[in-house]
Amino acid sequence: MSATEREAEAPRDTSRMPDKAQLAHYYHQMLAIRRMEEALAKAYALRKFGGFLHLYIGQEALAVGALAALKPEDYVIATYREHAHAYAKGMSAKSIIAELYGKETGASKGLGGSMHLFDAEKNFLGGYGIVGGHIPLAAGTAFASKYRADGRVTMCFFGDGSVPQGAFHEGVALAALWRLPVVFICENNLYSMGTPLYRSLSVADVSQKALAYGIARDRFDGEDVIRVRDRVAEAVRRARNESLPTLIEIRTYRFRGHSMSDAGLYRTKEEVEESKKRDPITYGRELLVRAKMDEKDIVAIEDRVTAEIEEAVKFADESPELAYEKLAEFTYKE
Amino acid sequence: MRTVAFREALNEAMAEEMEKDDRIFLMGEEVGHYDGAYKVSKGLLKKFGERRVIDTPIAEGGFVGVGIGAAMVGLRPIIELMTWNFSFVAADQLINNAAKIRQMSGGQFTLPIVFRGPGGSAHMLAAQHSQSTEALWAHIPGLKVVMPANPKDAKGLLKSSIRDNNPIIFIEGEVLYADQGEIPDGEYTIPLGVAEVKRPGKDITLIGWSKMVKIALATADALAADGIEAEVVDPRTIRPLDEELLVESVKKTGRCLIIEEGWPFNGVGAEIAYRIGRRCFDDLDAPVERLTGADMPMPYNHHLEQQCIPDVPRAVAAAKKLLYLE
Amino acid sequence: MAQILDMPQLSDTMKVGVLQKWRKNEGDTVAPGEIIAEVETDKAVMDFEAFDQGVLLKRLITDGTSVPVGTPIAIIGKAGDDIAKLVEEAKARASAGAAKPAAKPEAPKPAPAKPAAAPAPAAKPATPAANGQAARPAAPASAPRPSTAPATKVLASPLARKLATDLGVDLRTVQGSGPGGRIVERDVKAVAGGGAPAQDTNDTNVDWHAAEEAPATAPATATAPRASAAAPLPAQLIPERRTEARPAAAPPSDDVVKPLSMMRRTIAARLLEAKTTVPHFYLTADVDMDAAMEFREQVAQVHGAKLSVNDLVLKACALAMRRIPEANASFTEEAIIQHARVDIGMAVAIEDGLITPVIRDADKKTIGQIASEAREMAGRARERKLRPDEYTGATFSVSNLGMFGIRDFAAIINPPEGAILAVGTVRKEPVVKDNKIGIGQRMSITLSCDHRVIDGALGAKVLQAIVGILEKPISLAF
Repeated sequence: MSATEREAEAPRDTSRMPDKAQLAHYYHQMLAIRRMEEALAKAYALRKFGGFLHLYIGQEALAVGALAALKPEDYVIATYREHAHAYAKGMSAKSIIAELYGKETGASKGLGGSMHLFDAEKNFLGGYGIVGGHIPLAAGTAFASKYRADGRVTMCFFGDGSVPQGAFHEGVALAALWRLPVVFICENNLYSMGTPLYRSLSVADVSQKALAYGIARDRFDGEDVIRVRDRVAEAVRRARNESLPTLIEIRTYRFRGHSMSDAGLYRTKEEVEESKKRDPITYGRELLVRAKMDEKDIVAIEDRVTAEIEEAVKFADESPELAYEKLAEFTYKE
Repeated sequence: MRTVAFREALNEAMAEEMEKDDRIFLMGEEVGHYDGAYKVSKGLLKKFGERRVIDTPIAEGGFVGVGIGAAMVGLRPIIELMTWNFSFVAADQLINNAAKIRQMSGGQFTLPIVFRGPGGSAHMLAAQHSQSTEALWAHIPGLKVVMPANPKDAKGLLKSSIRDNNPIIFIEGEVLYADQGEIPDGEYTIPLGVAEVKRPGKDITLIGWSKMVKIALATADALAADGIEAEVVDPRTIRPLDEELLVESVKKTGRCLIIEEGWPFNGVGAEIAYRIGRRCFDDLDAPVERLTGADMPMPYNHHLEQQCIPDVPRAVAAAKKLLYLE
Repeated sequence: MAQILDMPQLSDTMKVGVLQKWRKNEGDTVAPGEIIAEVETDKAVMDFEAFDQGVLLKRLITDGTSVPVGTPIAIIGKAGDDIAKLVEEAKARASAGAAKPAAKPEAPKPAPAKPAAAPAPAAKPATPAANGQAARPAAPASAPRPSTAPATKVLASPLARKLATDLGVDLRTVQGSGPGGRIVERDVKAVAGGGAPAQDTNDTNVDWHAAEEAPATAPATATAPRASAAAPLPAQLIPERRTEARPAAAPPSDDVVKPLSMMRRTIAARLLEAKTTVPHFYLTADVDMDAAMEFREQVAQVHGAKLSVNDLVLKACALAMRRIPEANASFTEEAIIQHARVDIGMAVAIEDGLITPVIRDADKKTIGQIASEAREMAGRARERKLRPDEYTGATFSVSNLGMFGIRDFAAIINPPEGAILAVGTVRKEPVVKDNKIGIGQRMSITLSCDHRVIDGALGAKVLQAIVGILEKPISLAF
């Protein structure tokens, strides 16, 4: 195992790490996610792969902070904008990039692609392409944890665009009814594709939906990885210790379009530029400086990230594709 | 051998399997305290408790999804739909999640889960409660579709379905629940994907499943009065389909009538007819014929309803036409 | 090292891109994320951002040029790089048609698609009538069926053909008895066995799928709604634009973020509910505490028991509730519930919050019992060892901040209780007694009432009772 792979392994138990080491770990994760997606955007433009590509750039502190509140055995389930959650759950850049390249060495053997990263070993239960359709599944894995009393927590991510979907309401309602250990996190990046929130939801405060189901809620901005971790940790504790669900709304902003073909005409350049002033990566670096980490040590992290992503891109590029003859076995289990 | 009702056979299958494996649970509307809308789960709550027999609110999209999530992480759910008519509000879960997660995850997650409940028309339930959905589900790669016709098959096939590691669509004929039939004493299973000759014959093959097996058998009786020996074949599982036994029978008889309750367009019978046409081309003395449900929503009126469901006189007429009689 | 920049793929369906406008000139430096050009895809005009650091050495196409994805459009490198070879390579690629992936010329060809085993469908699309359900007649059933096939073509079922071959029967000599004169199995058998061919059967139709043949029912009025579609929507259907300010961008904060504990959340939820849904009003009175303080001292001397002011207040409140049972009550949507028991809650401050242990049947307990029970429960409250039933279900509460020197304050009612008494400090002040100025002891108390249960006059009666009991403390002794 190379040094870069070790660094990528996560989430580790960070609770007993000194502050500086924790911050360095989060910074590494956020930066690696950023660099990985930049490499993917470039590869997409070069036609290394096709399909949809939904980038998370600008939202990194959210996935990294939230997953830092989990244990490795906890379950995570997400949407089609899930590269960051997959990485933060411990999947390697290699397996993620190779999956987008459609290669057999990819997380899902090249059968899922950008929207369907899965890793059973890391308890990453996938990215899903139907908006809101995975939310009842999260209630299901949490149900299984309660059924088995295994002490695991399920964390379910979705966008503000999922909230009008029936599946969201059914999933949350059952989790509330059966008191399931699950944390629902709405990543509110203010737009469902090209539609601003005020045109898709009758209320501005998404977390209000929790009131109807009688569950706990929280709501805050997501650019500070430490704030995200600590606030989410409270919900995780509630799930683990009291077997109660929580709905958290974290406000964030994606710097890129909904997908690669989105020219972003529904929002102004000024709005995008203003939001870039709250770049979680800049923020994360600032935290390291404040923690008095030497500049050379910070640069060392950045160099490691660059090497990690370069190596992963090369790995993906050189990997083989699955043979058509092997495809049938993935439809049914013998 | 002993005689039990269709619903009791299903109940025994679940109880026996749940007894053996704690990962199996039953979830659905009214399955617990109400003892089942059709009494299929009668007594299971008392026997296994609220942890394993779980009443749900009316939220198919939600609890079907809960079952899928639980199956992903190692449980073996039995999800009861009060009827298959209600499955459409959970269609996204069944089609986009249950059928696809194994493949999308590169084989990392498999779903050992049974979705079961009554299907087909019953009596004067009108359009929304009288649907045969097997053609829809059988269309989807990743799902298996099982449709027993009698208590013996119901028990044996349900036990195999529960033990299978794939999502199973298990459709119970709503009007079969009270049917009595003999089942073997003790433990037995019936493998999925194996058809059965319900009555041997040499002149014409009648293919039917679920409650249409009864129509086929009665048709064979009627034909026998005219000296015609009809062979009745029940595929028992629609997907995977035991094509070999169907082909073997038609090669022998040279004529084939498919009796199905579902609608004609893109029906299961259309697929079977295609396969028989392709493989038995040189053995056919007449085109493969289908007798199907009427191509319209089910009417409420009793007499109209009866004319929309295949029955013996029409099956006899269709069979005789294939035999160039009358 | 200089490299060729190709027309990028900017959407999943983009095949060709129009370079609408260069945003960088030759010689300009470019940094990752900077916009090099505007490119029109099949979906939109998009910014083409640089991936790498460098200098735009050469533009290979001009504004407005349309080229396939993958066609060289520019060369980027370091200032001074020799690009002659790259220019030639780019030209060669552009003229060769470009559309090859830039990387991996050895990319494996995708396996040919092999959908199941199904052969291609018959070339001639089936007409709806040929769908093969229960057969429909080609002509009126009773009419004879002249063969429409050319004389040379023999109509026979596949089985009849096979049988004819096996039995050495020439099909041209066989008369068909099937529909349209089709030769079927029995015809061949009859010829082979020397029998007569069967009669043409009346092709009884089992067509009962009448609906399929019903005429199309599309209404002819379909244009009507369309005409009105151009009318503007009623204004109220257009969502009102809503802006919600996010906090301004700021550097990481040094503020300490303390996640809410369960207790803080409970306090927040309950008090917010109480203060916003219970109509409070407040009554304040001063109590002459001279006699009460004297009483306290006497008890200490005679019984050796130490009573706090709070113990006296608790007992006074309990007695007041017993005397005025209408105030010992709770509001519900359906009715006002007058409680049979008098259970007095007392607010106790603990780390990170507060809790209100309840003294049950306080009106029936002696002042000594109340004092020891209050002390014991407050101790356990601070250790967080109270059982839930010990801090819920009071009918009236007391909150005392006198020990902090607070003169007076108003407390928030703890629903569903009807009132709460806020107790200030016992203070010494100049008072006029028997026309002389002397030093007196005074205590301010404020009663917060739920107006749905307790009206002003009733509240005043309660307060009066409490004042009266404390000023004539003899009743506290029983």
